[in-house]
Amino acid sequence: MGVTTAPARPRSGRVKKPGRLIAEIICVVVAGMVAFPVYWMVLSAFKPTGQIQAENPRPWTLAPTLEHFERVLSGEGFALFFLNSVIVAVVVVALSLLLSFLSAVALTRFNFKGKTVLLVMVLVAQMVPVEALTIPLFFLMRSVGDVAPAFGTNHLGSLILVHLAFSLPFAIWMLRGFVAAVPQELEEASKIDGASRMRFTWQILFPLVAPGLVAISVLAFIHAWNDFLFAKTFIISNTENQTLPLAILVFFKPEDTDWGAVMAGSTLMTIPVLVFFILVQRRLVSVMGGAVKG
Amino acid sequence: MVTKEIPRTTAPAVPARRSPRRRRDGRAALLYLAPGGILLLAMLVYPIYQLVLISFYDYGQPQAVGNAPLVFLGFQNYVDLLENVQFWEVLAKTLGFTAVCVVGSLALGTGLAVLATRVRAWARVPLFLAALAAWATPAMAGSYVWLFLFDADFGLVNEVLSGLGFTGMANHSWTFDTYSTFGLVAAEVIWCSFPFVMVTMYAGLKGVPEEVIEAAYLDGASTWRTTWSITLPMVRPLLTIATIQSIIWDFKIFTQIYVMTNGGGVAGRNLVLNVFAYQQAFAGQEYGLGAALGVVMTLLLLSITGLYVRSQRRSAGWV
Repeated sequence: MGVTTAPARPRSGRVKKPGRLIAEIICVVVAGMVAFPVYWMVLSAFKPTGQIQAENPRPWTLAPTLEHFERVLSGEGFALFFLNSVIVAVVVVALSLLLSFLSAVALTRFNFKGKTVLLVMVLVAQMVPVEALTIPLFFLMRSVGDVAPAFGTNHLGSLILVHLAFSLPFAIWMLRGFVAAVPQELEEASKIDGASRMRFTWQILFPLVAPGLVAISVLAFIHAWNDFLFAKTFIISNTENQTLPLAILVFFKPEDTDWGAVMAGSTLMTIPVLVFFILVQRRLVSVMGGAVKG
Repeated sequence: MVTKEIPRTTAPAVPARRSPRRRRDGRAALLYLAPGGILLLAMLVYPIYQLVLISFYDYGQPQAVGNAPLVFLGFQNYVDLLENVQFWEVLAKTLGFTAVCVVGSLALGTGLAVLATRVRAWARVPLFLAALAAWATPAMAGSYVWLFLFDADFGLVNEVLSGLGFTGMANHSWTFDTYSTFGLVAAEVIWCSFPFVMVTMYAGLKGVPEEVIEAAYLDGASTWRTTWSITLPMVRPLLTIATIQSIIWDFKIFTQIYVMTNGGGVAGRNLVLNVFAYQQAFAGQEYGLGAALGVVMTLLLLSITGLYVRSQRRSAGWV
C-alpha cells in the first residue's frame, strides 16, 4: 500500500495544482453566473419602480423598498393562494411518503407472484407523460366532484390527488433501493427478539430509510409546488382555490408588465422551496447516488 | 438494478418454508400495495384508457357538457392530425427543442460534476449552492426572471450588450424571432435542469473507488483512457438515469413555453406538443383532437425512452 501510493501522490500533487486553481476559478465564475438570475430576481423585488424602469439597470440598489411585496400581498388574494399551495404541497408530501414506503416494502421484502411484473409497471409508469392525461383527468375530476365535491374540479383535493399519483411511481422506485439496502439479517434478528413484522417495518425499517424519504419529500414537494398546468385546468371558477402560479400571472401583461410585483411574487414563491433545499442539501448528494444504485 | 435484486427475491433462503411464507406474504403485500395501487389505477391507468377512448370520438364542448350524442370517428382525429401541416411543424420543433435541452443540460451537468470532483471545497460549495438555487427556483419564477433579464426595454442583457458597443442591441426584442425565443426558453430550461444531472453525476463520480483510478494510472493508462475505460462504465447507470429523466422532463415542457411565449407565441410558432394539445383541447374545445395528440405524445416518449433503455441495456447492465 505504502509502495503504491507513494509514487502517485507527488505526481498528482505537482501536476494538478496549477490546473486545479484554474478549475477552481472556473467553478466560482460558473457559480456566480448560475446564481445570478436568482440574485437578480430578489434584487428587482426590492428595487423601487423607478430603478427597475431606469435606462441603466444597476446590479445593486441603495434604496431597497417593500412596495412590491406590499402590492403583491395585499392584492388579489395572494396570501390565500400561497396558503393553498402550501396545503397541497404538504399533504402531497405526507401521503406520498406513507404510500410509497408501504409499496416499496411490499415490492422488496415480500415474496409474492407477479412482483417482477409490478416492478416493471412502476418503471414504465414513470415514463408516461402525465401532462398528456390532462383531458381525461379533467373529465374524471368533474365526475368525482359530483360525488365528493372536495376532491373534484375547483377544489384543492383534485390537485392533491393528481400530484400524489404522479409522484408515486418515482418515489416507489427510489425508495425500493433504500429498503433493499437494509440487510435481511436485521429483520431475522428482530424477529428472533420477538418483534412483529409490523413493528419491524415501522420502528426499524422506516427510520433506516430516512435519507430516501428526504429525497422523495423534496421531489414531491417541488412537483406539487411548481405545478401550473393542472392548477390552471382544474381550478376554473372557484378562484379562492387557486394556487400561487396563477396569482403571479395576474401581474404579467405582455405590454405593460409590473416587473417589480412579478419579481416579488416569484421571490415569495421560491423561498419555501429554497428553505426545503437548504434543510436537506447535505443529504441530497449521497441520496442521489444511493437511490439510483439500488 | 433489477438484475441485482432478482436472486434475493426469487430464491428464498429455505425452500421448504417457501409456500406458507409466500401465501402470508401475498396477503400482506396486497394490504401494503392497496392504497398506492388503487390511486395509480384511478389516476393513471384509467385516464390512459379514457385518453385513448376520447381520441376516437368527435368530442367537443357540446359532448363535454352532455348536450350532444357522442359520434365515433375511429381514427379520423389521427388522420386530421397527420394531415395538419401545423402538427408536423410543432412535432419537429418539439423534437429539436427537446434535443437541445437534453444535450445542453447533460453536457453542462456532467462537465460541472467532473470539474467539482477536481476542486477544493471552497470552490465546490459555491457551485453546489448556486446549482441548488437554480434547481429550487420554480419553473414559473425562473421563466419570469429570464424574461425580465432579456426584456427589450428594461432587461439587463440588452443594457450590457449595448454598453459593450453592440448599440443595435439597445432595444432588441429576444422574443420576436421564433428561434431566438426557443433559444431563450431552452436556456432557462437548461439552467433549471442541469443541477439534477450535476448532483447525480457528482454522486456517481464520488462512488468510483480512488484505488481503481490510481491502479490504472500506475499501470500506465492515460487520463483519457482511464476516463473512457474505467470511470465512464462505472457511472453509466447513473448517466442513463439522468438522460432518461432529462428526456422525460424536456419533452413535455409546458410552463416555460406557456409563460415565456405567452401561450405558444404569435400564430403558435413557439408551440411544443404539450402546449399544442392543451390549446386544442381547452382553448379550441377539440377534446378528441387534443386526446389524439396526447396519445401520440405518450407513444413517442415511450418509444424514445424505450429505445434508449434498450441501447444502454447491454453496456450498463441496467434493467
